[in-house]
Amino acid sequence: MMSIFILCIPLCMFLILGLFGKYMPHKVAGILGTLGMGVTMVLAYTVALTYFFSGSPEFINEAGERLQVVLFNYDWLQFTDKLVIRLGFLLDPISALLLVVITTVSFMVHLYSNGYMRDHHGVWETGFQRFYAFLSLFSFSMLGLVVATNIFQMYIFWELVGASSFLLIGFYYVKPSAVAACKKAFIVTRFADLGFLLGILALSFYGAKYGNFNFDFTSLTSSAVAGAANVFQIDLSTAEAVKNTFLNSPAPTFLGASVLTWALVLIFMGGMGKSAMLPLHIWLPDAMEGPTPVSALIHAATMVVAGVYLVARLFPLYLMETAALEIIVIVGALTALYAAMVACVQIDIKRVLAFSTISQIAFMMVSLGVARPEFHHGVGYMAGMFHLFTHAMFKALLFLCAGALIHAIGSNDYTAMHGLRKYMPVTHITFLIGCLAIAGIIPFAGFFSKDEILTACFGNSMLWYIWMSFVAGLTAFYMFRLYYLIFWWKEHKIPEGHHAPHDQAWTMTVPLVFLAAVSCVAGFVPFGNLVTWNGHPMFDSMSFFTNLEHLNWSVAAVSLAVAVVAILIATVMYKKENPAPARMKAALPALWRWCYHRFYWDELYLFITRNIIFDRICKPIAWFDRHIIDGTMDMFAAVTQRASLAIKGLQSGNVQFYVWLYLVGALLMATVVWICLL
Amino acid sequence: MVQLNIVIMIFSNILIYFVVIPLVMLGCLFLCRNMNQIRTVAVVGSTALVALSVYLVFDFLHLRAAGADAIMLYTGSWMWFEPLNIHLAVGVDGISVAMLLLSAIIVFAGTFASWKIEPLPKDFFLWLILLSTGVFGFFISIDLFTMFMFYEVALIPMYLLIGLWGTGRKEYSAMKLTLMLMGGSAFLLLGILGIYYHSAPEGGQLTMNLLEISANDAIDHNWQYFLFPMTFVGFGVLGAMFPFHTWSPDGHASAPTAVSMLHAGVLMKLGGYGCFRVAIYLMPFAANELAWIFLILTGISVVYGAFSACVQNDLKYINAYSSVSHCGLVLFAILMLNTTAMTGAVMQMLSHGLMTALFFALIGMIYGRTHTRDIRMMGGLMKIMPFLAVCYVIAGMASLGLPGLSGFVAEMTIFVGSFQHTDLFHRAFTIAACCSIVITAVYILRVVGKLLYGPVYDEHHLTLTDAKWWERLATVTLIVCVAGIGCFPGWINDMLHDSFLPIIEVLTK
Repeated sequence: MMSIFILCIPLCMFLILGLFGKYMPHKVAGILGTLGMGVTMVLAYTVALTYFFSGSPEFINEAGERLQVVLFNYDWLQFTDKLVIRLGFLLDPISALLLVVITTVSFMVHLYSNGYMRDHHGVWETGFQRFYAFLSLFSFSMLGLVVATNIFQMYIFWELVGASSFLLIGFYYVKPSAVAACKKAFIVTRFADLGFLLGILALSFYGAKYGNFNFDFTSLTSSAVAGAANVFQIDLSTAEAVKNTFLNSPAPTFLGASVLTWALVLIFMGGMGKSAMLPLHIWLPDAMEGPTPVSALIHAATMVVAGVYLVARLFPLYLMETAALEIIVIVGALTALYAAMVACVQIDIKRVLAFSTISQIAFMMVSLGVARPEFHHGVGYMAGMFHLFTHAMFKALLFLCAGALIHAIGSNDYTAMHGLRKYMPVTHITFLIGCLAIAGIIPFAGFFSKDEILTACFGNSMLWYIWMSFVAGLTAFYMFRLYYLIFWWKEHKIPEGHHAPHDQAWTMTVPLVFLAAVSCVAGFVPFGNLVTWNGHPMFDSMSFFTNLEHLNWSVAAVSLAVAVVAILIATVMYKKENPAPARMKAALPALWRWCYHRFYWDELYLFITRNIIFDRICKPIAWFDRHIIDGTMDMFAAVTQRASLAIKGLQSGNVQFYVWLYLVGALLMATVVWICLL
Repeated sequence: MVQLNIVIMIFSNILIYFVVIPLVMLGCLFLCRNMNQIRTVAVVGSTALVALSVYLVFDFLHLRAAGADAIMLYTGSWMWFEPLNIHLAVGVDGISVAMLLLSAIIVFAGTFASWKIEPLPKDFFLWLILLSTGVFGFFISIDLFTMFMFYEVALIPMYLLIGLWGTGRKEYSAMKLTLMLMGGSAFLLLGILGIYYHSAPEGGQLTMNLLEISANDAIDHNWQYFLFPMTFVGFGVLGAMFPFHTWSPDGHASAPTAVSMLHAGVLMKLGGYGCFRVAIYLMPFAANELAWIFLILTGISVVYGAFSACVQNDLKYINAYSSVSHCGLVLFAILMLNTTAMTGAVMQMLSHGLMTALFFALIGMIYGRTHTRDIRMMGGLMKIMPFLAVCYVIAGMASLGLPGLSGFVAEMTIFVGSFQHTDLFHRAFTIAACCSIVITAVYILRVVGKLLYGPVYDEHHLTLTDAKWWERLATVTLIVCVAGIGCFPGWINDMLHDSFLPIIEVLTK
């Protein structure tokens, strides 16, 4: 029953800090939140390690295949006989992996925020307790999302992480830019979730009406293991049965594509929103308005990979409809290139990291999209999850470093930084490790996971391989551009009467060092044996060097060469102050402008929402309602009133007038009668 | 002595107390001399109603669990006017129990929300309690005539409440609201008379009793074609169905806080409940045949209300249009004519009742401080009155369907239910209705962003104070209920499930 506490502790922390936080001293709230998350982390580690390494028969079968275990599952809301929302806890390789990732990063962020959320004089940020309450709410929702046993539970927590993200982006609610950003994030992801919801409705409707499956993931992708009620194994034949159900239903196609493809693409649309894929990416760069620890936790490491996780969760179904997978690859590849190009010219360091995040998540998406069981046991799936893990570590590290810089300098702008390496050595070294990891330099974490992704692309098609290798090169370039512009370029000038910027308190340093250490060694985790699409291990044995032994050296050498060349270019251009960047800008002005303005996506959306939806739809409707519909109702009243006014004069009380009217009336009637009788 | 027996019998029925308690309150209010006495009466009475309805919920669930499978429980029927065979007939199923609970909670919260009502507090409470008498009476009745009578009792006080204690163009709004709803009742009366004269087969005893009419199944199909639209439109006006919704924005905007709460929270539910209990239950044939017409109208309500809400600047107009959208969803779901969607409809009634009451309570409290409801004239209230602002955010989240709050449960049940229809017509309207949840997010966040977040707009607002204890009590009660339904929807489902069986049975016959 340890598992239920993983969800309960953050929820209780949210309630306690949310309801009673303002009566607590700041320090107590911080310690309480951090401790709660620490305990959750220990519990999650215990569960995950037990799952991966205990070798207990409910977790792993004789063939060494990892199984899915439903630890508990409560009926929550019954729709029809078959369609029931259950709240439960599904333990399998990817949920165990995500438990580790979320609790680790969350704990680090909780710890870090103790230092970050106060200024240089030690004065606490207003709303400090609220901040910890929201962090706990987020952690709860995210943990609930990854352990979901059915797709509706996932949707529930999916919405909750969206809401907690809204609350945290809008943490500085007095700042208009933060308000705009949190609204944008919520509405864009909400729009995407509409697709997710329709996808769920379509999938479950066909499932319950024509087949024998429901919201449960285990009924969609796995089959029960004999002899145990709550143990399942990923099974393609179940996914095939789902597909056949759709094919045998009365209306198997809709607008030329199969209904299952529609459902899966719609569900992927939800993932596109949360994971900021083109064209629903516009909220993520703005989400950087939130406090930096929040960006590290939500908008780099955990929530934004929910889309990847969703696709991975339903991967056997996606295998049934490769058209949907093709769409995922195309969307992912375009996003990866787009975001990398934009990241090359941004000035705000958090925006650079945000676009880098978008690009890296797109790598994971592409990886899932190109994965096929025929090629190396579906290495793409494993690579996507591997990259999710390593990326969470080094991107959280980079964001927390950025937070330390912003905290020290008081600006998000690299032009205010330059040459900080002497003043902030710890931040410098850890940031460099993060950059090396994301650039894919051996032996840092990103090298291994990115290499697996490129291998998977290689096995699918040459186009995607070359494309993604190019993007990997761009990644190395823009990260080192950022690195040099922050820590080198020219000497830091300290204005008169200001203190020199310096490294931070231990609460902020410890997470940096820990995550840097993880970024150094995470690449050696033998993922091929732990997380594969069907639980089947890729290699017979596992050791610290498994990944090195099974490296595809031809791919690795190329990607390493690309990264090194890109870093060299960045070094030449940005290490010392020189006119090369300005010359490049002048040489390609149009491209530079488009990249700088993020290809004008925001302007396009603004045009659609403001000029079309508000001005062309909402306002006319509101006008129509007030003037036409309501006008008609008022007209009835006005006509009645006019009519009564008009005939009011008849009731004059004047007897002669009445008699006269009587005579005229009688004569008229007599005439009518006479005419009729004739 | 026979008379006394009947009186004893009547008073041994638990349901009758839903009308008796408000009547006793009315009596006590007449005797009240000062504000404290008025408040005591109102609080004691509304607490008793809440207690009674909570007891009823438990007892009802208990009886159902013990195997009581009659359509209505706690039934009682006493002759009232013999020549027309009118009875005082009472009885409840799960739907009515849910509505009674909702009404009791909102009357309770409304009492606290009008703690400082001025002027003429005594008269205000008299009319308010009379209104709630009508509401409770309506929900316990199963005789068409008594039902109609209570319906009218609930409508008339509205005119005075808005006309006297309202704000803005109150006479105009009060007149408009009353006339439009009266117009609706004219249709309704016609429908009820039609039903009465066809309630029994040739030569049988005509009846007003819902259960008997349904059992007789004597309304022939041609008449159903006439009577179904009559009753559906009659109740639909109250349910703010497009294009008969325009009383709602004006009426709500002018009404005092507690009246807005009661009106949007409970009275609009009378419309949904009536459509369901009278129009569909008694005219199942026409319901199947004609549902598509009203589906179009309610489908329009859902999307149209949401779009209109996006550009309003008056807080109450935003909520009134939002109510048009949400209540449209109630009627929309009822017209899907299957158990899941109908369950969703009742959940939506509960959920919308609670959260819209919360909204109107909060708007009233904000208006009471800033003296404006124009969102362009306010800003940054989160900093000035954090409690009210946080409550507003919670209400907003409930309205846009955040899981864990009541809106989500209701909407999802409706969508899953509506999706069970395979034809393109229903599909298209279901998808359109689903789209409204995005638009809802737009107008809710617009208010949150402008009104609560952002810099303080008006310097004078900085001196305003946060909620007082009675205001806190009113909002917290509603929030607890909203969250309670959102987190534990199971029992509502259990309660409602059996209630739909007879309706589905007549529909599929």
